[in-house]
Amino acid sequence: MKALVAVKRVIDYNVKIRVKADKTGVETANVKMSMNPFDEIAVEEALRLREAGIVSEIIAVSLGVAQCQETIRTALAMGADRGVLVQTDAELQPLAVAKLLKAVVLQENPEIVIIGKQAIDDDCNQTGQMLSALLGWPQATFASKLKISDRHAEVTREVDGGLETVSIRLPAVVTTDLRLNEPRYASLPNIMKAKKKPIATTTPEALGVDVTPRLTILKIEEPPKRQGGHKVGSVAELVDKLKTEARVI
Amino acid sequence: MAALVVAEHDNAAVKPATLNAVAAAKEIAGPEVDILVAGKDCRAVAEAAAQIAGVRKVLLADDGAYDHGLAENVAPLVIKLSENYSHLLAPATTSGKNLMPRVAALLDVMQISDISVVVSPDTFVRPIYAGNALQTVQSKDAIKVITVRGTAFPPGGATGGSAAIDPVSSTGAAGLSEFLGAELSKSERPELTSARVIISGGRGMQSGDNFHLLEKVADKLGAAVGASRAAVDAGFVPNDYQVGQTGKIVAPELYIAVGISGAIQHLAGMKDSKVIVAINKDEEAPIFQIADYGLVGDLFKLLPELADELERRQ
Repeated sequence: MKALVAVKRVIDYNVKIRVKADKTGVETANVKMSMNPFDEIAVEEALRLREAGIVSEIIAVSLGVAQCQETIRTALAMGADRGVLVQTDAELQPLAVAKLLKAVVLQENPEIVIIGKQAIDDDCNQTGQMLSALLGWPQATFASKLKISDRHAEVTREVDGGLETVSIRLPAVVTTDLRLNEPRYASLPNIMKAKKKPIATTTPEALGVDVTPRLTILKIEEPPKRQGGHKVGSVAELVDKLKTEARVI
Repeated sequence: MAALVVAEHDNAAVKPATLNAVAAAKEIAGPEVDILVAGKDCRAVAEAAAQIAGVRKVLLADDGAYDHGLAENVAPLVIKLSENYSHLLAPATTSGKNLMPRVAALLDVMQISDISVVVSPDTFVRPIYAGNALQTVQSKDAIKVITVRGTAFPPGGATGGSAAIDPVSSTGAAGLSEFLGAELSKSERPELTSARVIISGGRGMQSGDNFHLLEKVADKLGAAVGASRAAVDAGFVPNDYQVGQTGKIVAPELYIAVGISGAIQHLAGMKDSKVIVAINKDEEAPIFQIADYGLVGDLFKLLPELADELERRQ
């Protein structure tokens, strides 16, 4: 069966972001971009399913500006078979992304879509759930274990109180949590090989999807700074301060 | 304008995060806030929800299909009820995050995730980039589907109300998914997201066994025990201990970080705490920059000392 993974290009997780002075956004010029870490986990999980003989082909999809090609190449270097780029310079919000992915899914007919639980830029945590809703498929979010057998996926999910296991009918959407796996690094030979793997390019117009944003971003600001940095010399002094100065115990 | 809050519960009791979501809903819709209790044999939850201060009405959907809150089954119910509401809200917990985007997509609207401020009924502030920036967004959609960051909205009273309970009919099971089981952590301690005091351990704890040093202090303070992602990844404690961007977001009165260096990931989950204490042997650790009170030293010596000092001065 085919697996489809969606990979988002985001500011690298090690970069300390800077809010633009005019409050219109976050500085992205000359900033290192990478694949969303949760999507790396999604790619890795698809690769493991292929290595286990369950998945036959892995398609990596990215949506956005032309440079999203690089993110797809990263997925191909990890081992995905081919890529699809839905290219647009428009701002894409999760509902639009889910609609575009639905259109790609209907063309490719995967049995499973694996996607990061959230992107580390907008922190929305929506796309996987929206995609499965639009397809009328089941969803298993925040997966920390995935087992496929007999046209079903058994998924252990990370929930607030601990772990929960559900069985979902395939085709389905699974979103990844941190502990699902540890993604591999692409080897140099695989990076070279990835350059020859095909990437098909399409557009929202060609897919017939209206991507007009539903949310208007009015401004982006820095959060208030916390004043810290005071040290105390002993446990007794700490307890004193907590009792008499901070009055929290 | 009216708001429907999807209650978080375990078929026995209302989870505290529901109260934070109700608080946000009241800022939006004033007196027109209803609560949906969807579950199985969950009448007691509805009765508790009816007592929450400022709630107009409780909708009770009691059916086997809603037993474990499977999104595939609950989303159609919320959609059926949505025609009477301008706003649909849920706490930004794992269940709210699982359910609400499914609701939003089926209504063809964008969800507004994890709001921290209500500016007006269509405009909200929400943290992005792990809380390193705040985004103000305005929704153009007819129905606003929202998840609420609990720590940003102080809970109102759990009692004082006397709302009517209206049963609503079931939309049935979608037949797409099935609940198999859960391993939920049992603890006598308060829940992380509602605790007044939290003491968390990081990689510096060196092992899970050493967490009993934190527990001794926690006992003296009535505190919840948490952990950094590093400590969870190292296998010291289960994932539900995790405080941080990818774990739980907390904002207690007092947060004590022990053996935690202060990765951005962790700070994102606790930096809104009222008072932060850091105990770490590395005086250059970034956690000290945001701590109100820093104590440099060996945690294996300082934690027993702290437990003794609290005992002595109780």
